[in-house]
Amino acid sequence: MAEKKKAPAKKTEKKQDMKKEAPVKQEVKKQAPAPAAKAAAPGATTKQEARIGVFICHCGTNIAGSMDIPAVQDYAKTLPNVAYVDNYKYMCSMPGQSVINKAVKEQKLTGVVVAACSPRLHEPTFRTATKEAGLNPFRFEMANIREQNSWVHMHDREGSTAKAKDAIRIAVAKAALLQDLFPKSVPVEKAAMVVGAGVAGMQAALDLASAGIKTYLIESDMSIGGRMSQLDKTFPTLDCSQCILTPKMVDVGRSQNIELMTWSEVDSVEGYIGNFDVTIRKKARGVMTPAQAEAKGIVGGGCNGCGDCENVCPVIKPNEFEVGMKPRKAIYINHPQVVPLIYTIDFKACVKCGLCVTACGPEKRAIDLEAKDEFVKVKVGTAILATGYDIFPIEKKEEWGYKRHENVITSLEFERLICASGPTGGHLVRPSDGETPKRVAFVLCAGSRDNTGVGKPYCSRFCCMYSLKHAHQIIEKIPGCIPYIFYMDIRSFGKAYEEFYYRIQDEGAKFIRGRVANILEDPATKNLHVFADDTLLDRPVDMEVDMVVLAAAIEPKPDTNRTRKLFGVSCSQDGWLLEAHPKLNPCGTTTAGVFLAGVCQGPKDIPDTVAQAEGAASAASIPIHKGEVELEPYFATCIEEKCAGCGMCVNLCPYSALALIEKDGKKVMQVTEAKCKGCGTCGGFCPGGAIWMNHFATPQVVAQIDAFLLGGEQ
Amino acid sequence: MADEEWKPKILGMVCNWCSYAGADLAGGGRIQYPPDIRIVRVMCTGRLDQLFVLKAFADGADGVLISGCHFGDCHYLEGNYKAAKRMFMVKRLMKSIGLDDRRFRMTFVSASEGAKWGKVVTDVVKTVKELGPSPITEIRK
Repeated sequence: MAEKKKAPAKKTEKKQDMKKEAPVKQEVKKQAPAPAAKAAAPGATTKQEARIGVFICHCGTNIAGSMDIPAVQDYAKTLPNVAYVDNYKYMCSMPGQSVINKAVKEQKLTGVVVAACSPRLHEPTFRTATKEAGLNPFRFEMANIREQNSWVHMHDREGSTAKAKDAIRIAVAKAALLQDLFPKSVPVEKAAMVVGAGVAGMQAALDLASAGIKTYLIESDMSIGGRMSQLDKTFPTLDCSQCILTPKMVDVGRSQNIELMTWSEVDSVEGYIGNFDVTIRKKARGVMTPAQAEAKGIVGGGCNGCGDCENVCPVIKPNEFEVGMKPRKAIYINHPQVVPLIYTIDFKACVKCGLCVTACGPEKRAIDLEAKDEFVKVKVGTAILATGYDIFPIEKKEEWGYKRHENVITSLEFERLICASGPTGGHLVRPSDGETPKRVAFVLCAGSRDNTGVGKPYCSRFCCMYSLKHAHQIIEKIPGCIPYIFYMDIRSFGKAYEEFYYRIQDEGAKFIRGRVANILEDPATKNLHVFADDTLLDRPVDMEVDMVVLAAAIEPKPDTNRTRKLFGVSCSQDGWLLEAHPKLNPCGTTTAGVFLAGVCQGPKDIPDTVAQAEGAASAASIPIHKGEVELEPYFATCIEEKCAGCGMCVNLCPYSALALIEKDGKKVMQVTEAKCKGCGTCGGFCPGGAIWMNHFATPQVVAQIDAFLLGGEQ
Repeated sequence: MADEEWKPKILGMVCNWCSYAGADLAGGGRIQYPPDIRIVRVMCTGRLDQLFVLKAFADGADGVLISGCHFGDCHYLEGNYKAAKRMFMVKRLMKSIGLDDRRFRMTFVSASEGAKWGKVVTDVVKTVKELGPSPITEIRK
């Protein structure tokens, strides 16, 4: 960089075009031979004169509508190193790509610049086109004139035209200095991991296992099944949730290819696609499985799920699976159908009295009150995150009185109350007096579509439909009971959903269009007064009901944030995990080899969840079946004659990819390419300029800066 | 000195994973902001040498914006922390040579913050317009 200081200061603006040419060239000569020591290509290519082709895309009117394409094209022709300029309506289309192909061959181009959309969208497309034309794909550079230009300066034709010219000039400057790069292929571990064993995680794991891939299924709870196992019926078919879920749970438990780890969490993740080293924390369960007992020499021992321990345990706690409406012991299972059927000790509650150890008996000896967390290391090629959701703490919306008024419950509590295996055996009763309600109000959008800052701004997507289902269930189960549904809009968007909505209307449910303003309790009867504004009849409503069910919003699980950071996955503003592309890559993430399934990516119902899980499983199995993946060759290389061997970079590298070695009697840095992810943190720091970052090398970046600031029209 | 016609030259250097994606999202959302910024994409703000910023000012940039992931969200674990440290140094250096350090800014815009990107650029452009052309350009004339 030092050489930059000198000359340009005196130059007048007039000569910029030539000017920017000169320093750029000088730098090339100075810097390029060094990395040439690594690969023969760079040295050779810099001697050859750069011939760049610029291809400008109209993107229909997306780009052409906001800027003067002919002016941009004329300008591009004047740029140094530019040998050919063309434009086309849709550059990414087949005819568009053949324009590139033809020009590269006929004009003997050495580099390609496409001015179009974002490289995050179509860089792979045009790299392939460049490759097919016979150039190294890394001789391609993109100028973003859509997402970061025409779409954001729609009413400033002059400004966006000037910006497009600059963007092309910057891209051409870089393209002239690009080198041939060769992606490195690495083998992919023939194993996958799924984090979270709700219906999404289970489906993904089953699919991967069926495809012959060893799959580690990690679940932080004691049993698999997730939210769906808490539900009673599913809309719109009224399938019993347990009936369709438990066979899947059994399949998961039985599958030879699935290694199920319940009561476990991901502790750390290292590596990259194809080779993730994951450490899993197996939380102390205090109870051994038959296999674990056998490993400890207790033949025929281990937990068989008999429940003798539970009977004698003196500690009583609320059962989280039943949303606190049923007691459990300190040694417990969530419900009788858990997979795996192994008891778990809640060590926060356990008083270590030892009664359970005695009850378990000398043959099984399954209980170990001194159990500690264990750490297991596994290697996987790809991973799927399916971490699910939690219910928004609806007591934050104080006006509805949840947790203040006894007979205000959430819809998840309703599911458990109406479920035959729930705390009341399927009888819907008022928490205050155990009476059967005759009038039940449902409050939709409870905390969803809420712009007050207390609730969530998004639609939780399945509340409308399950509330319709709840209405159906009480009409069916409690003769004479009337459901009153307070709604903003009924969003019945799925297959056979609208028909289900009509059916519930016909069955006698009452619909009141209005958001509930306030719910007050009658202290004597514990009945509730629901206040709302009926916006269809334009009059205020004060309705006395026996029970209120809040269709509470959903939010990401609190530990989702920790998990996503381990895998390097971003989240959107509301905390849901961010997909690689909302339309074209809804299962992928920005971390290669990590995929998303289910509600952790955003609210969705069971059919969508299962569909996404199958998509994620398919995507995750592709690299594994291919057997190898190509890593982008953006790694750092050391320019050994410049390296002073100070070793500062070694400590900066977050991946321990750098090391100091002795070479020809002096210390130099050496890069382990397989570990290097190409962030460039070392290259940004190196005081001697001795680190060459492939594709983002210092001369290339400086050329871009110079092209913008020294090479423009003034 | 900043007349109506004067267009500032602002260089934005952003990371591929968060801020560049955020800027793309602003495009998808058609969030309008002033066109006075030019973007150079790097994989991570950790790649950015402080000399890049100084070079830009030496070349006559009126403002420089560095934007990366939020702390804790870096695609490469901690590149943005290292970038931030370097950029504090740049700010101190700018002050010591008498260059207003408001011309240089480091921000954190995630891949989901398209609207924030629009606000950041609007604000940077406004600040730089208030400050007027870089004194370095004046000297070089």
